[in-house]
Amino acid sequence: MLSRRIIPCLDVRDGRVVKGVRFRDHIDMGDILTLARGYRDEGADELVFYDITASPQGRSVDRDWVEQVARVLDIPFCVAGGIRSVADARAVLHAGADKISINSPALERPVLIEELAEAFGVQCVVVGIDTQREADGQWRVRSHTGDPENMRAPGKRTLDWISEAQSRGAGEIVLNCMDSDGVRSGYDIDQLREVRDICHVPLVASGGAGIAQHFIDVFRDADVDAALAASVFHSGVLAISDLKQGLRDAGIEVRL
Amino acid sequence: MKNGIANDVALIDAGGANLGSVRYALERLGVDARIVRDANGLHGAQRVILPGVGAAAPAMALLRERGLDVALRALDAPLLGICLGMQLLFDASEEGDVACLGLLPGTVRRMQGSAGLRVPHMGWNTLEIIRESALLDGIAMPAHAYFVHGYATPVTDDCIASCTHGDPFAACVQRGRIAGMQFHPERSADVGSTLLSNFLRWNPE
Repeated sequence: MLSRRIIPCLDVRDGRVVKGVRFRDHIDMGDILTLARGYRDEGADELVFYDITASPQGRSVDRDWVEQVARVLDIPFCVAGGIRSVADARAVLHAGADKISINSPALERPVLIEELAEAFGVQCVVVGIDTQREADGQWRVRSHTGDPENMRAPGKRTLDWISEAQSRGAGEIVLNCMDSDGVRSGYDIDQLREVRDICHVPLVASGGAGIAQHFIDVFRDADVDAALAASVFHSGVLAISDLKQGLRDAGIEVRL
Repeated sequence: MKNGIANDVALIDAGGANLGSVRYALERLGVDARIVRDANGLHGAQRVILPGVGAAAPAMALLRERGLDVALRALDAPLLGICLGMQLLFDASEEGDVACLGLLPGTVRRMQGSAGLRVPHMGWNTLEIIRESALLDGIAMPAHAYFVHGYATPVTDDCIASCTHGDPFAACVQRGRIAGMQFHPERSADVGSTLLSNFLRWNPE
């Protein structure tokens, strides 16, 4: 049976792992390779490295650390941040990443999803979506969220964008619910359930994990394939090995 | 051979994006694989690995263009196909409706999704051993391997380990000197490294 995945997300800035609250006030969390190896040993199923400075600065991901990670890591990893062309994606994949995740560049030029799916297969192409609830009760996407000064609201409804991304060839969706991100009060189950109903590819929940119960809730109530979290793991509040044992005890299929 | 491990390993560059990660996985086992782009490169290789990420039709076109289709059929050394590389070992693939290497009988089919059953099949899933093989030495159940694919091959007589995602499909195949892994051993933690190490030590009859 397919296991539910636990994915630590490492926000990378200038070659270091950082973490902020609600995308602001980044603090240094440590060295990429040390953290990556540590999470692998604890039982992480996959890692996501998000170069938070790449997209807003209009540059692609620095490749050197991708290759270093690929050399030491024997679990899959995905690289996000500033990938805006097939050439950018190829460089990252050839450096050893298993998947690439695109967010702002896909919103600016949706055909990029098709180009990447055509070049590398849908299984490599992850579409990351930052989403916020607006006053009218609708969830809408945000772009350029790596830099709060530059964040944009393109006006697209989150559900519409998910349908479009899938039909263009997204192989996986990471839904980052910004209203709950970094505040550790639980995943946005309501939104994730609505998204799950229309999302036929693997769906990764992101934003809001604070305690083990939040993971149990999101797998049980929103039927997501994977749960991504950052600060709860980086801070040592929750050890992945304990978390996965707790999930198994709750009857959720995990890899131990 | 060094310590029972093959040290001349040819890694075929068929345009697949996981070439680097397979090379690094071999490095972690102490093997510095040669990247091979044409049939000549296969000379003298003790082991040949055909990794693959991408689509069947362009990958087959590339193998044919470089004469690798003929060379792989004539090969004496053990051959391991990984992911798409395993699918290419079969007769044909529904993906792009293309004829493949024909080293193993069977046709690669598109996996069928349904409510609660997502395709592509992405993530860690359990292996079920169907028959004993030296390739599976040291693999204790339950063993998880990392899969990422939208097409799969049926469970035939060549299947040594299966996996289930909706329907059962072949996770690991072996026939004579030909072996295949649908999952990514290079990304399957300790299980994957054991399997790769087994392949490097393997002496098929």
